[in-house]
Amino acid sequence: MTADIALWLVQDGVTNGAIYALLALALLLVFAVTRVIFVPQGEFITYAALTLGLLQSGQVPGMVYVLVGGGLLAAAFDIAVAVRENAPGRLPRILLVYVAVPVAMAAIAWWAAPRGLDMWAQVLIVIGLVAPLGPILYRVAYQPLANASVLVLFVVSMAVHYALSGLGLVFFGSEGLRSAAFSDARVRLGVLDITAQSVLVVSASVAGMIALWLFFERTLYGKALRATAINRVGARLVGVPTELSGMLSFLLAAFIGALSGVLIAPITTIYYDTGLMIGLKGFVGAILGGMASYPLAAAGAVAVGLLESFSSFWASALKESIVFTLIIPVLLWRSLTSRHPVIEDEEE
Amino acid sequence: MMRRHGALALFLVFVAAAPLLLPAFYVTLFNYIGLAALVALGLVLLTGVAGIVSFGQQAFVGLSAYTTAALAVHAGASPWVGLVAALALTAAAALALGSITLRLSGHYLAIGTIAWSVALYYVFGHLEVLGQYNGLDNVPAVSLAGWKLDTGSESYYLIWLVAVAALLAARNLLDSRVGRAIRALRFRSVMAESFGVDTAALKLLVFLYAGLLAGLSGWLYAHYLRFVSPHAFGVNAGIDYLFMAVIGGASQVWGAVIGASILTVLREWLKDLLPAVFQKSGNYEIVVFGVLMTLLLHRTRDGLVPAFARLLPAGAPRARPPEAPALPRRAQPARGTPLLELRGVHKRFGGLIAVNDMSLAMRSGEILGLIGPNGAGKSTVFNLVTGVLRTDAGEIRFLDERIERSTQRDIARRGVARTFQHVNLVSNMPVIDNVAIGTHLRGGKGSVAAMLRTDRDEERRLLAEAARQLERVGLGEHLHEPAGSLPLGQQRIVEIARALCADPVLLLVDEPAAGLRYGEKQALAALLRKLRDEGMSILLVEHDMEFVMGLVDRLVVMDFGQKLAEGLPAEIQADPVVLEAYLGGIE
Repeated sequence: MTADIALWLVQDGVTNGAIYALLALALLLVFAVTRVIFVPQGEFITYAALTLGLLQSGQVPGMVYVLVGGGLLAAAFDIAVAVRENAPGRLPRILLVYVAVPVAMAAIAWWAAPRGLDMWAQVLIVIGLVAPLGPILYRVAYQPLANASVLVLFVVSMAVHYALSGLGLVFFGSEGLRSAAFSDARVRLGVLDITAQSVLVVSASVAGMIALWLFFERTLYGKALRATAINRVGARLVGVPTELSGMLSFLLAAFIGALSGVLIAPITTIYYDTGLMIGLKGFVGAILGGMASYPLAAAGAVAVGLLESFSSFWASALKESIVFTLIIPVLLWRSLTSRHPVIEDEEE
Repeated sequence: MMRRHGALALFLVFVAAAPLLLPAFYVTLFNYIGLAALVALGLVLLTGVAGIVSFGQQAFVGLSAYTTAALAVHAGASPWVGLVAALALTAAAALALGSITLRLSGHYLAIGTIAWSVALYYVFGHLEVLGQYNGLDNVPAVSLAGWKLDTGSESYYLIWLVAVAALLAARNLLDSRVGRAIRALRFRSVMAESFGVDTAALKLLVFLYAGLLAGLSGWLYAHYLRFVSPHAFGVNAGIDYLFMAVIGGASQVWGAVIGASILTVLREWLKDLLPAVFQKSGNYEIVVFGVLMTLLLHRTRDGLVPAFARLLPAGAPRARPPEAPALPRRAQPARGTPLLELRGVHKRFGGLIAVNDMSLAMRSGEILGLIGPNGAGKSTVFNLVTGVLRTDAGEIRFLDERIERSTQRDIARRGVARTFQHVNLVSNMPVIDNVAIGTHLRGGKGSVAAMLRTDRDEERRLLAEAARQLERVGLGEHLHEPAGSLPLGQQRIVEIARALCADPVLLLVDEPAAGLRYGEKQALAALLRKLRDEGMSILLVEHDMEFVMGLVDRLVVMDFGQKLAEGLPAEIQADPVVLEAYLGGIE
């Protein structure tokens, strides 16, 4: 291997790693706040990437049906509760969040699709279509199980992954899509040939992480989420409702998923079922980082990107096997360092 | 009981007659159900009973199927050689992965199972010797003494013979000494350890058993389909298996058959229906599976077994286990022998000093009361003596041997048994089975004996002992009720019966009288006195002063982790320091 190739592999690995890092952060956030192992995070990515690809080719993306349908379902759940509890005052908010916003986003996408808008406008539309899906999913699938054990929530996550991946097949079809690059510019830096695309991905990821950090450090909602992550019961006692923090963390996760999807769309061909693999790599990254610290999770995710890039050079066919086998020594190391827990799961 | 046997017989007759009555299409469907039920059965034990979630069972199915197929195709080996090799490799993989990951908390393990199964999937798909994504074909059928099982119904009998045998073996296993310990793994492993169960080894055993069942399914699959390719062992297969176990009802062996049947039939039906609806081919059925699974979990965690069980007529009430020869008892040390001694024991949790330079000495044949205000460190002392917690400094001696570094199991073996302040029963298990966990160290039959039912003599003696102890504490009427259905006060008494089943030298009881009525308290005091008169020593934590003062020989008073006073009940009652600690001093 020459230095040129090594540098190129590093660039490739860091670019993918930056996307995995965003994912790892979202997974960690959702897990800390809601105890959900959010496997379907990968589906946000495929949905966003495929939606961008379809918008670019001038078609109305199937995402509009998923969003409006999901919104109606969530609204039905909430309206049923409001009727049972005789609280008609909640109706306007329910209709606004779960019906008006999705319908408005769908209308915008419908209007914009044939017009071949600027790429940045399309990106905003994609994020507007995918991000509201987070709270909808939380409402429909997870909120009824807010007190279930981590393992039950994990099984539900697999079920949600199944449903979303199947819906992806229904609404996006089985064809893979790769969207146009944001820029074809390249900078030569010594031997290193840096593409503007890589620079964009890495800086968008870093910007996303800084924005998240500011959100957690500086805003009331961010602090509420941190409080819930540290102590759910305590947070509830001081007035942070479990539903609010759940909704908020899923909204952030969906937003991050949409952003990652937009970033990865020009790099890889995305199929309706690609999400699971990408999401799992985010998990491997988060576990490498100990599933507790955000910077370590991001570093773990970049390590996954680098490993993937180098193993695709040495043993292209077995690249996935190598990445996923990596988790075993990490788990071994963790099992040797972690003490046997004295406190057990409570019976439900 | 008889009617349940009737239901089982009906099931067996149906399984035996099905290929004679049904068209070939259904025989094929039943073959797939049988193959899936084997894997799901492993998950019922692993996930439903022991609480270990695995999405990676298809990796074991695939490992075994590829092993036997590759040996047959490349080396012309007999399927029977393939069976031995496949199961050996599966067992080795399960032991290796299990010993790495089983100590981790549940969700890490579950993610780990996905990761290794993905890794193995790509290995299957890329190795040339395994035919890459095309797989291996021309795998031979199984021959039995010259008879080649190469039709659907011949394979049917092989598959269902194995499946029924595995179901019966699993049912037998759960209904045994080892099975009771397995049922305690999920929420009660500290309790199980305190009665001598090696929970880590037991988890590995269950994981191995689930892996072997998946391996058996893989071997049958390869020689029934005569073809293996990686697609059958992808992530989705693992999700399907887990869904089967959850849908059926993850805590009962029959749930595996019910779940495998529902999912397999539903998939066949949807595979025809949905592509017609959408005018395109594709695995649309996963949407339906995902939605159904979510809805099911919103409603219940018990799956559909309870719904099916309601269809069966209720069995006759279970009888008391028959009398059996008593278990051998251990010799109690002579009255007055130094039994338990704590010297300068310290325990801190972060900044909180829970036990500070605590010393006490106890002789055999006495009832020592340990009292003190809430938070004084009494339960921590219990946890240090029984090995749940480790001391930071100081020594603990039991019968003049140091035990402060010993494991819970080792201390249990020396003859220390306890009850828990927070009731520690397996709430959905009958009272008698809960109590029989106490006899764990007095039996020795393992899992294989349990599956083959060669443990019945010992089992009768263990259950008879459990029944005797329950009758002794006055709960003989409640043997077969789920432990969680008793009032809390009675659950505490169940804990005492369980501890007595261990035939202890030293019995530690933590607040046994809480929640009891006056008459019940008197009966309990009489029982504890009688145990002492028989030579047992008792260390008692209790808040009910009337109960304590009338019962104990001596008292130790703790406050803020330290010993405040020690002496006869009358002396303690008059001690001004104790009064101040309890009632507050006069400012």
